[in-house]
Amino acid sequence: MYKDIISMDPIIRVKNLTYVYPDADRPALDGVDLDIMPGSFVAVLGSNGSGKSTLAKHLNAILLPKEGKVLVDGMDTIDEGSLLPIRRKVGMVFQNPDNQIVANVVEDDVAFAPENLGVDPKEIRRRVDEALKQVDMYDFRLHAPHLLSGGQKQRVAIAGVLAMGPEVLVLDEPTAMLDPRGRREVVSAAERLCREKGITVLLITHHMDEAVRADRVLVMDRGHIVMDGAPAEIFARAGDLRALQLTVPDTTALIEKLNAAGMSLPSGALTPEACAAAIKEALG
Amino acid sequence: MSLIEIRGLTHVYSRGTPFEKTAIDNIDLTIETGSAVALIGHTGSGKSTLISHLNALLKPDSGTVLLDGEDIFATKAAMRDARFRVGVVFQYPEYQLFEETVAADIAYGPKNLKLPQEEIDRRVREAAAFVGFPEDRFGRSPLELSGGQKRRVAIAGVLAMEPELLVLDEPTAGLDPAGREDLLEKLFVWKDASGGTILLVTHDMSIANRCDRLIVMEEGRIALDGTPEAVFAHSEKLLGIGLDLPAAARIAGLLREQGVAVPQGVYTIDQLAAAILALRGKGGAPC
Repeated sequence: MYKDIISMDPIIRVKNLTYVYPDADRPALDGVDLDIMPGSFVAVLGSNGSGKSTLAKHLNAILLPKEGKVLVDGMDTIDEGSLLPIRRKVGMVFQNPDNQIVANVVEDDVAFAPENLGVDPKEIRRRVDEALKQVDMYDFRLHAPHLLSGGQKQRVAIAGVLAMGPEVLVLDEPTAMLDPRGRREVVSAAERLCREKGITVLLITHHMDEAVRADRVLVMDRGHIVMDGAPAEIFARAGDLRALQLTVPDTTALIEKLNAAGMSLPSGALTPEACAAAIKEALG
Repeated sequence: MSLIEIRGLTHVYSRGTPFEKTAIDNIDLTIETGSAVALIGHTGSGKSTLISHLNALLKPDSGTVLLDGEDIFATKAAMRDARFRVGVVFQYPEYQLFEETVAADIAYGPKNLKLPQEEIDRRVREAAAFVGFPEDRFGRSPLELSGGQKRRVAIAGVLAMEPELLVLDEPTAGLDPAGREDLLEKLFVWKDASGGTILLVTHDMSIANRCDRLIVMEEGRIALDGTPEAVFAHSEKLLGIGLDLPAAARIAGLLREQGVAVPQGVYTIDQLAAAILALRGKGGAPC
């Protein structure tokens, strides 16, 4: 379904966005232009301080532009009357799961936002159940959140956002504090929401193996978007990424070494499976 | 001689309640002086409980820890001694900075050692240099620093104690790739320069790769213990307990499944590239 989006309007439009934190010597965002299509899965890379989180916080009006505009489904974030509808459309999940969970029971936590919005109790029940099922946490609905693993807590946080019925899910380094199993659970849940429910996902990460699963990768540096393309395109530019203090996926590093020694493997083989298949074929 | 010898160590949380949990279960382990050891395991496997015993922050329910052959739980003086000789940097240590200036924060530990001021100053300068924190910023408030710099200051505070064993719990979590590389490099430089011993608790296999020895924990016990080569050969076991393999080991495994004769024990990109190039022209001879 996300393949038909070419004719649609962007769900997020960022135009010439500039933001300067108080007392900062340079802008955190410096004239950023960006359109994000509904239903796409976008990964955002960049070193610490490149502006990724500042950009994310503009998408649901936690921060407001100093210059330029951010439009969510056509609504300007600077317009106070649009604040609630924008926050419902764009849900955010942050790095530390312990800062985002408020209730003593999983399902109460997920119900927290819709309750505050005054949603009808029957409708809340339906949304909470559905949201928990979507992140595969329904069986834990009566558990105490503080006894869950990090990956489970992050999925509860995502369910809490889903219960608002968002169209866009912004995840700001949601896996930084998680173990490998937790990372896989969270990224798979986000990917599934995009592919199956058509929710637009913006994933900020330092993990290249997560970025390779996106449709589109943005690379930020000093408040600018400096690279923008499909994962295969972006990771083919290993030298440029390294110059920006970033790494490439291990698969790319391997293919680079083999090609430097005279093999000719495609740079787009980014997953271990694709990489192994390409090597097998080249060896004949 | 072993720097640390753990004997039959068991720790049970909430004993006698419905939440009773054996976090570590009869662990025996020795750590040699000068080694770099990675402790791996998923959340809840007992890693943090184990390291909290190494400087006597937690007391065992049974078993003990010997530091240079001395039982660290034997007397109050021995426990205090262990706190000074074993430096533990917990996760996200930047949240634990509290002094008014960077210099005062780094000096906090050595001050408690009641060292002369000159010695304290020397240690603060050296520790800051190890983590790459510039002296002209010593007067800053730690709160004004970026996350990466705060983490360096927090680690410098432990290095200033000149520990014999440095234990770090996920030291690179949340850092960008360049920051991760840089910090690791500096830790290994510290180890070589000081003759110290390092225990890194991590989920990140690219960190584990650089250590001499990997210890994998599962449900309070040691599931695997050996060189990276030996441990990464147990790919199914690692994946089964929710851990990752280094990408090179995964690709090597996939190639072997498809009949490409990549040798066992390959776990770095360089080793894998060399193995593949050696097969070139041989038509990827079947195993």
